[in-house]
Amino acid sequence: MAFLAVVDSLALLAMSALLMQGSYVVLGVVLVVTVLVNIIYLRSDLLPAKYLTPGLIFLAIFQIFVVAYSGYIAFTNYGDGHNGSKEQAIGVIETSGRVRVADSPTYPVTILDRDGELAMLITGVDGTASVGTAQQPLQPVSEAIFEGGKAVGVEGARSLAFSDLLARQSELLNLEVPLTDDPGSGALRTPDGTSAYLYDSVMVYDEATDTFTDSRSDTVYFDSGDGAYESADGQRILPGWKINVGLDNFVKAATDTSIRGPLLSVTVWTFVFAFLSVATTFALGLALALLFNDERMRGRKVYRVLVILPYAFPGFLSGLVWMGMLNQDYGFVNQVIFGGAEIPWLTDPWIARFSVLFVNLWLGFPYMFLITTGALQAIPTDILEAGRVDGASPWQVFRRLKLPLLMVSVAPVLIAAFAFNFNNFNVIYMLTGGGPRDISAGVDAGATDLLITLVYKVAFGSGTGRDYGLASAFAIIIFVIVAVISALSFRRTKVLEEIH
Amino acid sequence: MKVQTSTKALATVAVLSLVTLAGCSSTDAEPSTSTAPTTDAAPQLSGSITVWVDADRAGVLADVASDFTENTGVTVELVEKEFGDIRDDFTTQVPTGQGPDIIVGAHDWLGKLVQNGVVAPIELGDRAGEFQEVAVNAMSYEGNTYGLPYSIENIAMLRNVDLAPEAPESFDDLLATGDALMASGDAEYAFLVGLDPNAADPYHLYPLQASFGSTVFELNEDGTYDPEKLAMGGDAGEAFATALAAWGSAGVLNTNISGDIALEEFRAGKSAFLLTGPWNVPAIKESGINYSIDAIPSAGGSPATPFVGVQGFYVSSQSENRLAANEFLVNYIGTEAVQTALYEVGGRAPALTAAFEAAQSNPDVAAFGAVGAAGVPMPNVPAMDMVWSDWGTAEVAIINGAGDPVELWRTMVASIENSISAG
Repeated sequence: MAFLAVVDSLALLAMSALLMQGSYVVLGVVLVVTVLVNIIYLRSDLLPAKYLTPGLIFLAIFQIFVVAYSGYIAFTNYGDGHNGSKEQAIGVIETSGRVRVADSPTYPVTILDRDGELAMLITGVDGTASVGTAQQPLQPVSEAIFEGGKAVGVEGARSLAFSDLLARQSELLNLEVPLTDDPGSGALRTPDGTSAYLYDSVMVYDEATDTFTDSRSDTVYFDSGDGAYESADGQRILPGWKINVGLDNFVKAATDTSIRGPLLSVTVWTFVFAFLSVATTFALGLALALLFNDERMRGRKVYRVLVILPYAFPGFLSGLVWMGMLNQDYGFVNQVIFGGAEIPWLTDPWIARFSVLFVNLWLGFPYMFLITTGALQAIPTDILEAGRVDGASPWQVFRRLKLPLLMVSVAPVLIAAFAFNFNNFNVIYMLTGGGPRDISAGVDAGATDLLITLVYKVAFGSGTGRDYGLASAFAIIIFVIVAVISALSFRRTKVLEEIH
Repeated sequence: MKVQTSTKALATVAVLSLVTLAGCSSTDAEPSTSTAPTTDAAPQLSGSITVWVDADRAGVLADVASDFTENTGVTVELVEKEFGDIRDDFTTQVPTGQGPDIIVGAHDWLGKLVQNGVVAPIELGDRAGEFQEVAVNAMSYEGNTYGLPYSIENIAMLRNVDLAPEAPESFDDLLATGDALMASGDAEYAFLVGLDPNAADPYHLYPLQASFGSTVFELNEDGTYDPEKLAMGGDAGEAFATALAAWGSAGVLNTNISGDIALEEFRAGKSAFLLTGPWNVPAIKESGINYSIDAIPSAGGSPATPFVGVQGFYVSSQSENRLAANEFLVNYIGTEAVQTALYEVGGRAPALTAAFEAAQSNPDVAAFGAVGAAGVPMPNVPAMDMVWSDWGTAEVAIINGAGDPVELWRTMVASIENSISAG
């Protein structure tokens, strides 16, 4: 009950912080969840809910929200070149489209405040002072106060110090004083309040038509509908912005030939890898479990500890160590175990696939060993004795009694292991980085790439720039595949329950 | 009755906890709202700037930051991040409006940063002339300068003076010396350079490529790269590809030797030559090897110019405090004292000419600087990631003899040109 009080106070703290930030959606969610949690735990009934609530909350945050957000991104073109909003893109294009007029001098400037409006007090090259504002081009002033050659003040206006400028900086940084009445002569801007430079606006934005015009070449850039400004002959301005593209990413994944070919071969390998990983780890784990289950074996406790050790190391650490050991010229395996042979463990496509499966076997069999040990010990011994009395050989005892009873409890674990290995990013990425790369493929796909490593490469752009939209589309496709397989498999395990 | 008592107890505990935590939260909130002037919607701290640095440079910046705060009243918040994470995290965070104001970064990030619209141009003004020209060029893209440079680095040929007393004139001479040492049993390798079995290392092999006359992109008049015109093809590139294949089959280049392995073997005295950068010099000093830093000998007749890497600071395009950020960069980090301090911490030559010349008193820095004087910056165009990737894979294939080198090189050039025109 005190725990509920702590949770409530934390929720209140979060809500007050969210209120100050203005994130009303998240605030609403936190409020609703807190009220629900309070109701569930303060009422005396609703016992199942009391047990399920923490798990459900974490499921919602770490699974449901993540999948939903990935799904949302899959329908946009978020990635390199389409990073922010349209307003931000327009602002950046305008800013970088200002070119300093060649050979123009640096003008020392003092910023003045004239009746609330900012003005620039410029010291010209010849030492004379001029003042201008956004509306009024530079006009010479006769009585300016000079300090060491720089004009620092004028009657009737207040010179602003750096701290004043900080408070009004967005106004200052946008202040543009035309040099003369002719707009083509450029405008003065200051980036720091002490020096002003003459700029030409090369990229001019027309809000009415939503176009940019390049004043040097008179090219007009239209909003292409694709998240970027494009001219008539296909030239694009950087940056673009993020827009919704509907099903484009999914269509691209399915129909773009440079993606589809590698995608198919990688999918096939992913299924094969997951299936073989589960099969080999289960076989080895079960074999060891059966062996150690026998009372007659000595030193079982020691062996059990040794067998658990690979499971104790973090997967990516083991991956890196194995990568070093399998180095063709300097690795431990080639130098010591094979006495100086030069087997290309990680650089030949088929040997690399074998290496990956072998390392995954090494990493995964202790887990299966533990599970099957527990499941074996749960098999009632009288059934096994009955079988032996009936004259069954050890193999028949195993095949017809132990295995079916084992599968009832182990089948969900196997399905989960399949789903895990389908997305086993660590082993593949650490060991081969996706494997010997196929030079002719358009996408960076290798011989040992799984779908998930392919998604990683597409998302984080080790080749063609980050494309979160396409990567999210791939991720959703993977999710659907794994979900369908798991659902179908679980249905089939219900048949096994009937045996029990 | 029992139920009522426990509910009362619960309510009391709940209220007490609420009050305590509410009290804690309100005392935290005070300072942040007091300095914010009344501007737009959400309360922003226009009295502070956030700077992302990596662990090495954080110490120097802490001193500069306190100076800045004393003089201008703007607080500087330093956030330490992993250098490799900064570019992508920055790109993701800036559009949300919650990103930092300044980041430290390498010059070849600029293309991506501009493509994603996350950096704003800075105006060095007349101070641009005070920096090394290659540094300012590296930090510019399409006519605008985006970053304030603070260090320059390049690779050079490190020579074990005890094994090879004289610097070779050409790469063939170098290999001849190396082979003689191997024949007499004094060395195990003719030449060492760190490569990767999947990606080779186009950055390290570039000087050899340049010595055949093959560069990456064509240069414009102002010295910047023209990202539309790939210059890696043609006879020069194919000559380099043929040479690569020959070196690969002769065992001069081995993609199984990683950077770490190459360094270790050089430190153990197993090779007279190592192609590497200033980051490995401390380890070599420590091993006691008598080393000399030489220019990279030419393999194809033209000068073997290495890539120059420039590091600097960028300003976010969505920064709420651009004025303070610009001031901090140009007038504080751009001063000789700070540039020298950053050099002392990082070992890389400073970008400000005055500090660069003072640093020449360190013979290693002077030697690397002499090699890099003719160097070109790595291209900072957005398409570079794609180029590195294809380039590296092709080099691996050529070195390992996976096909005809000229064919492989041509395929690579075509593939890169495709991606550039498509992207």
